[in-house]
Amino acid sequence: MRLRDIVEELGLEVVTGSERLENEVVRGYASDLMSDVLANSQKGDLWVTLQIHLNIVAVANMKELAGIVLINGRRPEKETEERARQENIPILVSKQPAFELIGRLYRFGVSGMSNA
Amino acid sequence: MRRLSEIRKVQELVFELKVGDAKEQKVVTLTPTTMMSQVRQILKSNKIAAAPVIEHDALVGIISVNDYINWLTQREPDCRVFEKMSHKVVILFEDEPLVDAIKSFDTYGFYEFPVIERKTGRFTGIITRRDIILRLLKAIEIDYSKMELSSYSGGHFFNEMVANEITLELSYLVSGGEVRHGGEVASTIKRNLANLGIHPEIIRRVAIATYEAEMNLIIYGGGGKITVCMDGTGISINVEDSGPGIPDIQKALQPGFSTAPDWVRELGFGAGMGFTNIQNCAQTFEVASTVGIGTTLRMGFPLEIEFNE
Repeated sequence: MRLRDIVEELGLEVVTGSERLENEVVRGYASDLMSDVLANSQKGDLWVTLQIHLNIVAVANMKELAGIVLINGRRPEKETEERARQENIPILVSKQPAFELIGRLYRFGVSGMSNA
Repeated sequence: MRRLSEIRKVQELVFELKVGDAKEQKVVTLTPTTMMSQVRQILKSNKIAAAPVIEHDALVGIISVNDYINWLTQREPDCRVFEKMSHKVVILFEDEPLVDAIKSFDTYGFYEFPVIERKTGRFTGIITRRDIILRLLKAIEIDYSKMELSSYSGGHFFNEMVANEITLELSYLVSGGEVRHGGEVASTIKRNLANLGIHPEIIRRVAIATYEAEMNLIIYGGGGKITVCMDGTGISINVEDSGPGIPDIQKALQPGFSTAPDWVRELGFGAGMGFTNIQNCAQTFEVASTVGIGTTLRMGFPLEIEFNE
């Protein structure tokens, strides 16, 4: 599934990475803990988090994630947005809280495990 | 040079790959007895401009938006799709090379062609220009990854150098307290290792372990130095600080143990997972620390991946 499909289905705002919406989303991962995402996310995951600081870009970049979705309408910090633009990492914003957003993602076909 | 060889590769591929390799199998089809009044909804909800009409696995025609509009404008009563569809359909066979498909798109200007199995006459899918492009891209990508993997002989960089002993050392300074800029050194090291042709899986492990070590330097060590040392046998990474030191290393190594202040935890760090992550990624791992003097981590990584791990 492409990032674009998810953006359209869930009405996400594209803050950065609009040119990378053809990215293939393999699975989803949700966590606000950097070490957890580093350890357990997989390449191509869509990452759902409430963290908005600069490190999310570094982590997404390092793990080659498909993109970051911020929940509750949280905006990335200015520095985060600039870095994401440089590194070409898609940051999307959802107005919904995590539970609702992830439920909808799951219903739309994004699961957290490859064999779920 | 590389671009020329890419073009040549695509030229070969359009002859090698068959229509059947690129076709879309999941296709919305209608039967001859579908009613015209249903056509609009079917085409609309599937976002398609035409659909094959199938009877007993065989293609009998195609119904398109045009056919539907013609039927509407003639204000005729509802009828079966069979009566209004195009019966003469240009098809492609499964075993034709993609180059034939490309020619057909040029010749007829259609948006899609039904694909038929030559022997049985069975309808097996449709093919669009998009399918062809996607299939070619996929083929090129597969070849790239094959090529890349074969060039990751791990230490090929070292093999190409002639000397009795070669050691490559890269050092990076990390300043303390700059949590926001954490990960910059790890990202840089990741890029450098990629340039040296190190296997992606090794790079992944180095990146995770170095990121954690870098965050430790920033949060606890008051900054420090990361040194990456490579020779023909492996990669060793030294992380040293002159910070407060760790009073009880065994305790610090326990998963979940953390002395991080609240503000660090709020940023999603300091959950006591750092050393665990490092240990899971590095082949060898040692910590030495003296309170009041500082801490040194030593992490070792192989140059080549063992696939039976």
